[in-house]
Amino acid sequence: MATLIVSPSPHIHSGDSVSKNMYNVVIALLPAYLVSLYFFGVGALAVSLISMLSCVLFEYLIQRFVFKGKTTVGNGSALLTGMLLAFNLPSNLPWWMVVIGAFVAIGVGKMTFGGLGNNIFNPALVGRVFLLVSFPAAMTTWPVPSPLSLQYTDAETGATVLAMIKGGFGELPSHVDMLLGNMGGSLGEVSAIALIIGGIYLLIRKTITWHIPVSILLTVVLFTGILHACNPAEYASPLVHLLSGGLMLGAIFMATDYVTSPMTHRGQLIYGVGIGIITVVIRTWGAYPEGMSFAILIMNAVTPLINTYVKPRRFGEKVKK
Amino acid sequence: MKTFKIGGVHPNDNKLTAGLKIVDVPLPRQAVIPMSQHIGAPCVPCVQKGDVVKVGQLIGEANGFMSARIHSPVSGKVAKIDMASDAFGAKCQSIFIDVDGDEWMDNIKRTADVERICSLTGPEIIKRIADAGIVGLGGACFPTHVKLSPPPGTKAEVLIINGVECEPYLTCDHQLMMEHGEEIFIGISLLMKAINVQRAVIGIEENKKDAIKYFQELATKHFGVEVCPLKMHYPQGGEKQLIDAVIGRQVPSGALPIAVGAVVQNVATTYAVYEAVQKNKPLIDRVMTLTGKSVKNPGNYRVRLGTPLSDVMALAGGLPEDTGKVIAGGPMMGRAMKSLDAPATKRSSGLLVMPALEAQRKEMDNCIRCGKCVSACPMGLEPYLLMNEAEGAVWDRMEHDRVMDCIECGCCLYTCPSRRPLLDYIRMGKATVGGIIRARNAKK
Repeated sequence: MATLIVSPSPHIHSGDSVSKNMYNVVIALLPAYLVSLYFFGVGALAVSLISMLSCVLFEYLIQRFVFKGKTTVGNGSALLTGMLLAFNLPSNLPWWMVVIGAFVAIGVGKMTFGGLGNNIFNPALVGRVFLLVSFPAAMTTWPVPSPLSLQYTDAETGATVLAMIKGGFGELPSHVDMLLGNMGGSLGEVSAIALIIGGIYLLIRKTITWHIPVSILLTVVLFTGILHACNPAEYASPLVHLLSGGLMLGAIFMATDYVTSPMTHRGQLIYGVGIGIITVVIRTWGAYPEGMSFAILIMNAVTPLINTYVKPRRFGEKVKK
Repeated sequence: MKTFKIGGVHPNDNKLTAGLKIVDVPLPRQAVIPMSQHIGAPCVPCVQKGDVVKVGQLIGEANGFMSARIHSPVSGKVAKIDMASDAFGAKCQSIFIDVDGDEWMDNIKRTADVERICSLTGPEIIKRIADAGIVGLGGACFPTHVKLSPPPGTKAEVLIINGVECEPYLTCDHQLMMEHGEEIFIGISLLMKAINVQRAVIGIEENKKDAIKYFQELATKHFGVEVCPLKMHYPQGGEKQLIDAVIGRQVPSGALPIAVGAVVQNVATTYAVYEAVQKNKPLIDRVMTLTGKSVKNPGNYRVRLGTPLSDVMALAGGLPEDTGKVIAGGPMMGRAMKSLDAPATKRSSGLLVMPALEAQRKEMDNCIRCGKCVSACPMGLEPYLLMNEAEGAVWDRMEHDRVMDCIECGCCLYTCPSRRPLLDYIRMGKATVGGIIRARNAKK
């Protein structure tokens, strides 16, 4: 008789894998990606391709020549980081800034901590915030949408909705335009509806659960709703907040990053509420018009603490009699 | 439809052998009967080399209360008493019997009629069960009479019958329910009398619709017995999960089901109780599922204990060419076997043959901290954390994080996208922490 394989149970597996999860998120980002290609044309294509390529390349080079271990670029995590980084950049950002952003995202944000699974902060946001503080002008001049435009760095620019609110100038786009993405902003953040479609796909595929996005969005709606009810002239309505800036992109795709978000559902709710509050505080009273990136990075830093103190509901903890 | 509230996974149930009639396995030429087929002290042989034994004759006497008697499943001559390897390579004292004919003890009723009347009292029923060497046939093999004797100060309120069979592939309990439903109901009334409760609930998962329907019909004729259909949800057959699903009570950490007034028995055990009390037949055979995608004749087989598993396998068409692994039990909690030469025991609920392609674990990746193991754990533990702690050998932290609550259901490893060996490390931690706790208690 042939030798039998002996290994401990369980002997079957769900078939889930790291790469399945990563590529699911990439698929979920496609609707928003198509919208940005439509509104921002060649600029969006250039920035996104440069970002994805350089993230994958940096990850490969660091794993191959610095870690001298096996390379895992095939699992899609670097590709996803590149895609998310691009989504957070203006579509007219010069190529070399994109490359620097990708290097900081992968090299500093991810690999210095030991690679996938070990980083404390969302790598794409580390890259983005590095660019924001290094090149504040380039990072805050946004091309206005011009369907299927062939311009890249020479695109016509304008302000984002949040900048208009903060500065108190300009006429806000209609709610329908904001929902569809016909407004200025980072290339992947503009279309709330496309991002929501992606989010629903992720929920159906069970890649993410509702806890983080819903707690963030609800917190923002409640907080801005109260402010708006107190003084409608001073504070924008919850709907404008929901549809503008990086809120949808952040709530659905950035804050739900497995590595940097809490492990338990209860912890995820706390994390989401924290992000919501910090975002609104920065948007309303901070120096920057948008606070989503900072809010997520701050709550990333709190995640280990949440994991230590917020435990799952243990079986038998409360005995019903 | 009801289910338990924390965690769980939904593997494909692959019940290839559902609805297949139970087939008797022919008697072996030599039966090998290990003296340890239960949780507790091994039995002491009470026959000698050369003795002639009948079917149902006592050959291993229980060694203390926490032990279960062993009877001869065949008739013939004791060839030797020696050490023999079990299916996993561990050695155990065993009685070898050369089979000669099939002569049964006179006091065993061998007719197929259903015996309904029982005039025994509760304690007498428990004594019969202990005498018959019955253990939990769901896989744990805990002596049944021990489970039916609640510690002083506790009181059973409800009997829960486990007809869940949540392990993928296995169908032996399902088929037993379909073929011996009436006997199982009589077994239930005997158990209710034994622990003095007025209520019994039978939990059956929805993938066994025919069994739910049949049992609901039977339940109308039995006062105090109800059927509780359950959603398909692994590990619903786990004792604590089943109690939660059926009566909505959670057994506290470290406590026994009796703490919430529940006693749980498997359907196959209940059938064995019927046979022991009403037919005077000790536990000498059991139904097992022999299955696997490439097995020629998968099916449900009634096998005399002590029959070499290779005989059962031969009946099912022999080991397929592409065999990689043979599992005793189901794919989630069963143990991979070292060899098929070992005999069937009270523990043998199934043989699952897995092709070589599926049998090997894939390489693990970094933990991506997705939290899926935490969501899947039916005990509300954090498998990723326990694995880290086991790797770092911080046993006190593991104890604090409740490693001893783990029921080893395998949901964490099943669900992990990075295929990390979570349960392997947790088992190691359980063993070490368990030892530390025992040493501490011994000092007190």
